[in-house]
Formats: sequence, structure tokens, C-alpha cells
Amino acid sequence: LDPDRGLSLTIARVVQRLQGSSLHSQLERQARGSLHKPEIKLESLKEDIKEFLKRSGWEKKLQNAVYSELNVFPSPCHPAAPPEHIKEPLAYMRKAQGSWEKRILKSLNSMCTELSIPLAQKRPANEQKELLNKWNEMGTDEPDLSLFRPVYAPKDFLEVLMNLRNPNCENGEQPSFRNHLGLIQVPLKVKDISELKEDFCELGLNIGQLGIDDSAQVPPEFFENEHVRVGQKVLAEQDSAAAQQYVRQGCPTALRADLWALILNISNQPEDILYYEQLKSNVIQHNLLVDSLIYKDVKLTASNDDYYFVFEDYLYQVLLCFSRDTSVLEHFTYSSATPPKSYIQGKLGMEEYAVFYPPNVNYNSFILSVAPLCFLYHEPSKLYQIFREMYVRFFFRLHSISSHPSGIVSLCLLFETLLQTHLPQLFYHLREIGAQPLRISFKWMVRAFSGYLATDQLLLLWDRILGYNSLEILAVLAAAVFAFRAVNLMEVTSLAAAEAVLADLSTLKVMPLLQIFLFATVT
Amino acid sequence: FRIMAGKVKWVTDIEKSVLINNFEKRGWIQVAENEDWNFYWMSVQTIRNVFSVETGYRLSDDQIVNHFPNHYELTRKDLMVKNIKRYRKELEKEGSPLAEKDENGKYIYLDFVPVTFMLPADYNLFVEEFRKNPSSTWIMKPCGKAQGKGIFLINKLSQIKKWSRDSKTSSFVSQSSKEAYVISLYINNPLLIGGKKFDLRLYVLVSTYRPLRCYMYKLGFCRFCTVKYTPSTSELDNMFVHLTNVAIQKHGDDYNHIHGGKWTVSNLRLYLESTRGKEVTSKLFDEIHWIIVQSLKAVAPVMNNDKHCFECYGYDIIIDDKLKPWLIEVNASPSLTSSTANDRILKYNLINDTLNIAVPNGEIPDCKWNKSPPKEVLGNYEVLYDEEMAQSDGPERDLRSRPGQSTGAKGNRARDLGKPVLTTWK
Repeated sequence: LDPDRGLSLTIARVVQRLQGSSLHSQLERQARGSLHKPEIKLESLKEDIKEFLKRSGWEKKLQNAVYSELNVFPSPCHPAAPPEHIKEPLAYMRKAQGSWEKRILKSLNSMCTELSIPLAQKRPANEQKELLNKWNEMGTDEPDLSLFRPVYAPKDFLEVLMNLRNPNCENGEQPSFRNHLGLIQVPLKVKDISELKEDFCELGLNIGQLGIDDSAQVPPEFFENEHVRVGQKVLAEQDSAAAQQYVRQGCPTALRADLWALILNISNQPEDILYYEQLKSNVIQHNLLVDSLIYKDVKLTASNDDYYFVFEDYLYQVLLCFSRDTSVLEHFTYSSATPPKSYIQGKLGMEEYAVFYPPNVNYNSFILSVAPLCFLYHEPSKLYQIFREMYVRFFFRLHSISSHPSGIVSLCLLFETLLQTHLPQLFYHLREIGAQPLRISFKWMVRAFSGYLATDQLLLLWDRILGYNSLEILAVLAAAVFAFRAVNLMEVTSLAAAEAVLADLSTLKVMPLLQIFLFATVT
Repeated sequence: FRIMAGKVKWVTDIEKSVLINNFEKRGWIQVAENEDWNFYWMSVQTIRNVFSVETGYRLSDDQIVNHFPNHYELTRKDLMVKNIKRYRKELEKEGSPLAEKDENGKYIYLDFVPVTFMLPADYNLFVEEFRKNPSSTWIMKPCGKAQGKGIFLINKLSQIKKWSRDSKTSSFVSQSSKEAYVISLYINNPLLIGGKKFDLRLYVLVSTYRPLRCYMYKLGFCRFCTVKYTPSTSELDNMFVHLTNVAIQKHGDDYNHIHGGKWTVSNLRLYLESTRGKEVTSKLFDEIHWIIVQSLKAVAPVMNNDKHCFECYGYDIIIDDKLKPWLIEVNASPSLTSSTANDRILKYNLINDTLNIAVPNGEIPDCKWNKSPPKEVLGNYEVLYDEEMAQSDGPERDLRSRPGQSTGAKGNRARDLGKPVLTTWK
């Protein structure tokens, strides 16, 4: 596919997506309103209006929207490619994801039958009223959740990934140092250290970083003050692309909320707030089985977490709304997953009563990806939108089987490859004692390290996820953690002991670890 | 010139593992109260006996105790308020800029204690104030109790009729001080996080009052209520909404034993910086340090600055929704009970760092030493205020500019290289 053809396809797609959006109507309104202005002349109407839109900041908004589209949606591979290929180009991956989904749905359905609870039902009026009153403190409710069990555990998912095989690749050789010794046995292409160094060049040793160069011993004049000044300028310009570049060196805490919103192109317009309120009323009106699962998972994870327990009530609000948000369905065009569909009891087949389940009904990963955001946004509708955007850009890839470089399969393979290549002795030792490294690091990556790192460190890590528009940094950090604790790990003789060495990550400083691993380790 | 280099002999009447483990790890020797001891970690009852006229005894040079004889000037709710009021009046008389008032007659820099009256003594004054704002809520606290015991909220005069009757009798002087109450304007607009009210517990170590030398423990924490906050009058009786004491909250249905409803101060700082901005957060923490130092300065003149004494106080501070900190009270014996695993570690380290400062090198103390520990032993403490250092900076410092360094638990930014942090205001 020649580049020009690809470009015009991309343009066509972006135009199609932005057409009819609220930004489009706002631009039209602005353009029409500008006709009254003296500087708009009939002879040069087009140029004058364009100039006006540029000066008034509307061109920048359009730029941000286009940039956002480019970031989120993959470029079309070929005009004749069927839609499944945009979801996932490799057939065997699609098949594996399909089986996984069937398994989840079966588990959900059998839970419904066992408990005689429908997947979805309308709430009686008094229950609706009660929920509305309790909306801000659902955490104090104590329904009987003992019969609900999580649909699957992270290790179940890992088992599925371990069993992935490419039917076109015959691996008759015996495993040896020449092959891959890890758990993931599919030949996906992952980056090596020199490629990672290039990609993450802004993390280099001679470039200032928040998380390193803002520590107490470093005078702020060296880096921090200037970095904050630049950040304020980026925010003043409201430029998404600049913001994305900027946050690669970390966000100052006071600017982070606004910078992330700018990168994710979230502006919390009145119609966004209205949309959130509508979702809220959907929650009030209908009870989903999934709600109980959410409830139980929040109780198990966030309520017991030293940092997140304070925000328990926000988590219910966000997740209950999320499971009813049909706009999330859009991301399924580029996700390998297809959501199971259900209907409100008694309305089988009627599309307006259809309810989609996000493929990952095991919510504790969700919960842990919402909770850190509560440190930044305390307005529910904004919190909701930020979370939703983070999910459809990044986090969904942690829960579905795909070949995407930021997908969980690639991350696992990247982690194992990095470890095997740069710490072969450690890797071999751990494997010999039955402690395959991925068994320990999987849960970190699948939760994007939330619940394992201290919050300020986690936010510095997520700055880089946004900055590089990729989750690969999770795999690099996982490898860096093993490298950091290598000495202790070489001395353990069991999986349990290895787990113990790596049980507490709350004191780790992520940026020095990443920097050392990428740029200061002899390879 | 030390003749004997024996081990420190310790006594305590507080059976807490965080204390005992710390003594044992230093190789100190436990002795009984009536034997020769060097270090006595005592309860407040015991310190009363040691320094009382009847049962007291002189301490020798190699004996150290963990309370000042009249700590209650700071740690009793009524005396604390009295001393602060007196201090403010004195500064006003001197014409000090610190005592400046705004157009409404409120102190600009020294208004950090909610309006408070003693009952029954000030009952009539209280009624006058109450009538100015009849819809306000007030909090009644017994002077001599702790852990939230006996506290209740009122919003009607009828609820405290008992104290008005007694004040009319001329023999109220004979009233035992145990029944004395303070009544303070209730802060009904606390800063809420996740919809819940919280307060701050900060530890402050004072090694001497004259000159004042005090240290702030960097690892303070927030205590959250388990129930959502509401100022609604129907919930005034619900102590789970209003009182943050762990002793109260742990009986609530939603109390969690893993995190204990506690957040670190560094979490609080991260949250506030992220949602409110850096300047207002730094200003808040500067103000908190300020009010602690001012409270200590207020009682310094009346404190018996006995050289055998040091004290580790538990300061309780509430932040309102305008990010103004309020001093609620100071505890002489902050709880050494651990409600969670993290708690145990924190309190263990607190005692450890406290002992390192109070008993230098872990050796038999000499109360004549200059109480100036080297920086390396501070551990998680940092210098909050050192009067000697501050005075040696010279009188040209502008009292009004308080550049005060932010010392949230996240960073120990000693920008004044070599000088103790936070001595930039006097």
C-alpha cells in the first residue's frame, strides 16, 4: 500500500469520525458567527475564516481532535482488509480470543442460573429511589455477595496465554538457550534494548526527568523550575501533541490532571456531563448481574488498599456507569475482543434493551486502573471520562488476546525476552527452581502496576504511558525490577521465596530503575 | 568525663511493644521504679507524682523522663486555649506585627484555634457568642479526657443547660476539674476527601522550651471517618460521622483493619497538589508548621523547662474546605497502640527516632548536655524550630514574610543548605 493511498485513507477515516461530532457543530457555529466580524471579507472568505479559527484557538482544538483520532485508531492496513483484520490481523489470535470470551460468558451464564439471577433486569421503583439516595455512599452497603465469585483470576488468563500457539510455526526443536525459555511461545516481534533506547530516548541519562531530577538533593534551578514553566506554557497553548511530548519527562503534580486531560482530549463539555448523568440514570433503572461482581471486586481490592480506600465510593460510580456505556463499544473495532451481548429480561432481541459486557468482567484490574485517577480528578463526570478514554486507548489491551505491541501477549513476551537476554543467569536460575519470572510479573503488568507501586511513582509511570502512547514501558519496568533485586533472587530456592523477594514494590522509584535498565546496564 | 560506661537502665509503666522493643534493641536493662534508673517512659499520672509537692523527688543528672512537669499547660484543652489567648494579648500589647488583626477584628496570623469557652466559668460569654449565630454548631469536650470520650455536639442552648445552672452558684470553684468542659465552635466545613472527614495526626518532639527546640516527625497521618460526612442536624449524634478518633471509628461497621482508615501525609500532599495546585498546598503545610510553633511559643514562658525532660506530642489538626488548618488539641501521651501493621512500623520508628534524639548515642544520659543532636541522628524527624539558630540569624529578618520551606513527608527539601529547615520565620 503506497504511503499516499494510506494517507488519504487515514484522512478519510478521521474526517468521517469527526463529521457530525459536537466539535464539528461548534466549528460551524463559530464560523457562522465570525461572518459579522469586520476582518471577514467576502472576497477572501475562506482564508479569512480559517485565519479567524486559527487566532481564536479553534484550529488548535481541531488539531487536538485529529491528533487524538490518530493516536487511538490504528492506520488502515489495506483498503480491502476486512474489519476483523483491524481488530486483529492474526487469525489464530482472533480464534483464541473468541474461545476465551466464550468461556467467560459460559461462566457468567452458569452463575446466573445457579443464583437464579438474570443478567439484567429492571429495578423496582422503590429500589431505584433508594439507590439514587445512596449514590454517593454505595460503599456502606453490605449486600450478600458470598455467592458471587470472580469470573476468573489473573493466573487463569495467564494459562490461556501460555497455551497460545501459532499453527503456522512448527517448533520441533527442543527448548535450549537458542529458543525462548519463557512461558509465552508465540513468535511475535518485540523490541530489543537498542530499539527501546531509541523509542524511549527522552528517558536518557543526560535528559532531565521528574522522578529523578526533582529529588531533594537536586537544586530546582537545574531542571525542575524550567520544566514546570514549560508545562504551564504547554497548557496555555492547549496543544495535545506538545503535551504528549512534554509528559515523557514527567508531569509536575500540580499540572498533571490538566495535561492528561489535554492529551486524552477531554474537555468536560456540558454534553459530556449530560451523558454521564444519563449513564447514572441507567444504573438507577436497571440492575445488572455484573454490578454485584463489580461491588464484590471493589470490596476485595480497593477497600483494603492503603491508598485507594478513601475513594471507594467513586469507584462504584465510575464502574457501574462504565458497564452501561455503549460508546465504549466503538473501541471494539480495533480491539480483538467482541463483547458478549445480553438483553434486559423480557426484551430479547430488542436492540435498545441490549446490554454489552466489556470482555473483562473480572473487574479488579479495572478498579485498580480507576483508583489512581481519583488522586487527580474529583469531579465524577470528568473522572469518568478520563478513565473511559484511558481504557479505550490503553487498558483494554491488557485484557484481550491480540498481537498488538501493547497487548498483554507482546508485553509478556517482551518482558521475558529482555530478562532472558540481559539477565540470562537469573532467568535460568529462576526457571530451574520452578519460578518462571512471568508468573510473578504478570499480575503487575496486567494491572499496569496499580496497587503495587506507591501512588506518586505510579503516576510518574503512567505519565510515560501517555507520553509514548504505548504500554511497553510496563514490560521494561517489570524487567528492571527483577534486575534491581537480582542479587536476592539469585539466592532463593523456591517460587514462594522468589515471590517474597518481589512482594513489596511500594518503596521502588520507577524512573531510576528504568533509566538504569535502559541506559546504564552493560548489554 | 564518664566514670562508668554501663548500660542505660529503663523503666516504663506503659506496656507497649513498640516501646519495649526499642529499649531492648539498644541493649538497655529493665529495672523497677524504685531502683536506680536512667530512663523512665511514664504515663501522665506518674509524671504528676514525680513532680508533685508531696510525693515528688529530685531527679539526678543521669535521669531522663518523657514528659515536662506541667505539660498540661499545652495538653489540657482549656489551658491550651487560655495560654494561646494570653500569648496573643501579650503580642498585641507589645505591638508585634504577628498580632495584627483584620477589619473584622480577627487575628490574621494567630487565628488558628476555633472560638472556645470554658464551662461553666465562661457560660455567659458563651451564650453571648452563641446568640450572634444561633444556627451554629458547637462541640463539647471534657477537659481531662481523651480518645473522644464524652464528646458531643450541640446546636441548641437547652442541650447544655446543666452548665448554666451550675455557673449561677457561687461555689462553682469547688467543682472538680474533671467535670470542666470546653465548648468550641464546631468546624462544620471540614475538607472532605472521597466525601469523608479526616484529621491530621502529627508528632512533634520538644527537647527544650527555653530556648525552644522542636522537631516534626515527617511521617504523620490522616485519620478518616468511615461514614460520609454530613453537616445535617439529624446526624449530629452520629459520632462515626464527626469524630475521627480511631478509638471511636474502630467500632464502626465499616472499619477496616488493613489500612485502619489512615492515609500518610505524603498521600494527602500528593492529592492536594494534584487537585488544588502546588502553591496552596505548600501554603497549607507552612501554616500547619506555623501554628505548631506558635502553640509551643505560647506555652514556653509558663513551662517548667526541667532539663531532665523531653516530650513527644501528638498534634491533632483539622483542615477546613478553604484549606485553613485548625489546631484542635495536643496530646501528651499519643497512643502507642498499633491498629494496623503499617501503624506498628510507624510507631516503632517514631519511638526509635525519638530515643535517638533524647538519649544521645543510647548511652547513660547527662541532662546537662546541650540538647543539640547532630543532623545524622534525626531519622524521620526534621527540625521544626530552633530558637537559638533563628536568633543567630539576626534581627533584620522580616517577620511577615514567611518563605517557610515545605516539608511534606514526600521531600526533605533543605534548600537552606546546612541550616535547619523552617527557621526562616521567628
